[in-house]
Amino acid sequence: MIAKAYALFKKDLHSELRTRYAINSLAMFIIVAISIIMFAVGQERVSEALTGGLFWVVIFFTAMSGLSRAFVSEEERGTSLTLQLVAAPSTVFTGKLVFNIILVFTMNTVITLLYAALFESFVIKNFNLFLLSFVFGNIGLAVSSTIIAAIIAKAGAKGTLYPVLSFPILLPLIISSVQLTLSALDGTSIADSKYELAIVISYDVIMLTASYLLFDFIWKD
Amino acid sequence: MIWQIILFLLLTFVSIAGIAFPIVENPQAWYEFPNIPGLEQNAKIIFFHVPTAWITVIAFLMASVYSFKYLKNKNLDDDAKAYSAAQIGMVFCILATITGAVWAKFAWGSFWSWDPRQTSIFALLLIYGALFALRSSIESEEKRATLSAVYSLIAFITVPFFIFIMPRIMKGLHPGSADDNSAGPVVNFQMNSAMLLIFFLSLIGFTILYVWMWRLSYKSQIIKDKLNKQLIRG
Repeated sequence: MIAKAYALFKKDLHSELRTRYAINSLAMFIIVAISIIMFAVGQERVSEALTGGLFWVVIFFTAMSGLSRAFVSEEERGTSLTLQLVAAPSTVFTGKLVFNIILVFTMNTVITLLYAALFESFVIKNFNLFLLSFVFGNIGLAVSSTIIAAIIAKAGAKGTLYPVLSFPILLPLIISSVQLTLSALDGTSIADSKYELAIVISYDVIMLTASYLLFDFIWKD
Repeated sequence: MIWQIILFLLLTFVSIAGIAFPIVENPQAWYEFPNIPGLEQNAKIIFFHVPTAWITVIAFLMASVYSFKYLKNKNLDDDAKAYSAAQIGMVFCILATITGAVWAKFAWGSFWSWDPRQTSIFALLLIYGALFALRSSIESEEKRATLSAVYSLIAFITVPFFIFIMPRIMKGLHPGSADDNSAGPVVNFQMNSAMLLIFFLSLIGFTILYVWMWRLSYKSQIIKDKLNKQLIRG
């Protein structure tokens, strides 16, 4: 199963590297979103509390603009039936999930670098806490958006429906991650924000389990 | 018929008692409520607001249970039941949001202040809204039933975060929050027996009302589907 999932991931990676559709659109989206924020801010000095929130605004909307590709492209090219024949649903989900996790990590690293370069008040005082919240937050974001992307693809790839369906599911993750980012910018110790970290980690585990259990029903027509 | 009469009497009694029974410093008679510091007359919302919030969660639970049943048996009647439960849950969710906001205006000074409880009821509203948006976007009956069942199950597992975890670790104004030491979690609220009696009667009354509405709703839904199929065949 792992070999098959890896093969699927490699197939996605190759087709992505050939067209560069997701990477290009994500990169452009990040630049557009951040420059809108920069224009809106103007010459004002943004407070720490606000940068932490704006950071997650960009992350959420960038994820919503690119992560649905994983399944929508299969439906568009009409290859989902073939995939159903060659691999078990959980294998397909693993392949897509790994691809999306890598995409989310790349995208969020770029966003973090841009924020650190462009916003004066975006100074991470507790890097360990930031790293922990970054890793677990990204995994949660990737898992939830992958399973919602599968639903969207079967519902006929309605673009506007994707953020609508994802937002309530992602809300516990986003609220705790915003809190964690603020704590990391403030320099709060890890022990003080252990409850938020616990929420994010349990969210990851619960969503991952539920996604594997429910993906069969979405995938099989 | 007997259930409707019981329900009518119960809700009439709860409405009259909940509004008219006096709040006094030292309750003596069985119908007198104690004075809770910081809440005073505002405390009476508990007879109407908490049951609507309770029904919101129960409806969501039922929608998820029937969604699970649908995925297991692929019986479209279960989908109709889940859909009806969600529809009525949405109505009670709006009621809980509005009664809560009006109460917050008098108790906290503003209609909306992103208290953890308000955030969680807002998230529930969004989930219900997203569910109906998803349902209306799919034509095929089976596909609609399957996808909305999967979505409501995924949404259901995020509900404990909103209802049980967030309000207890985040600071908030709502009775039962993390930093609220005047009153414990919602049900252990400093209520005397009169208040508890009216509160639980109200819960029971609202639950019967909900079950009645839900049964009417899903039966009419199933009949509508059957008639539609007959029209197509005929």
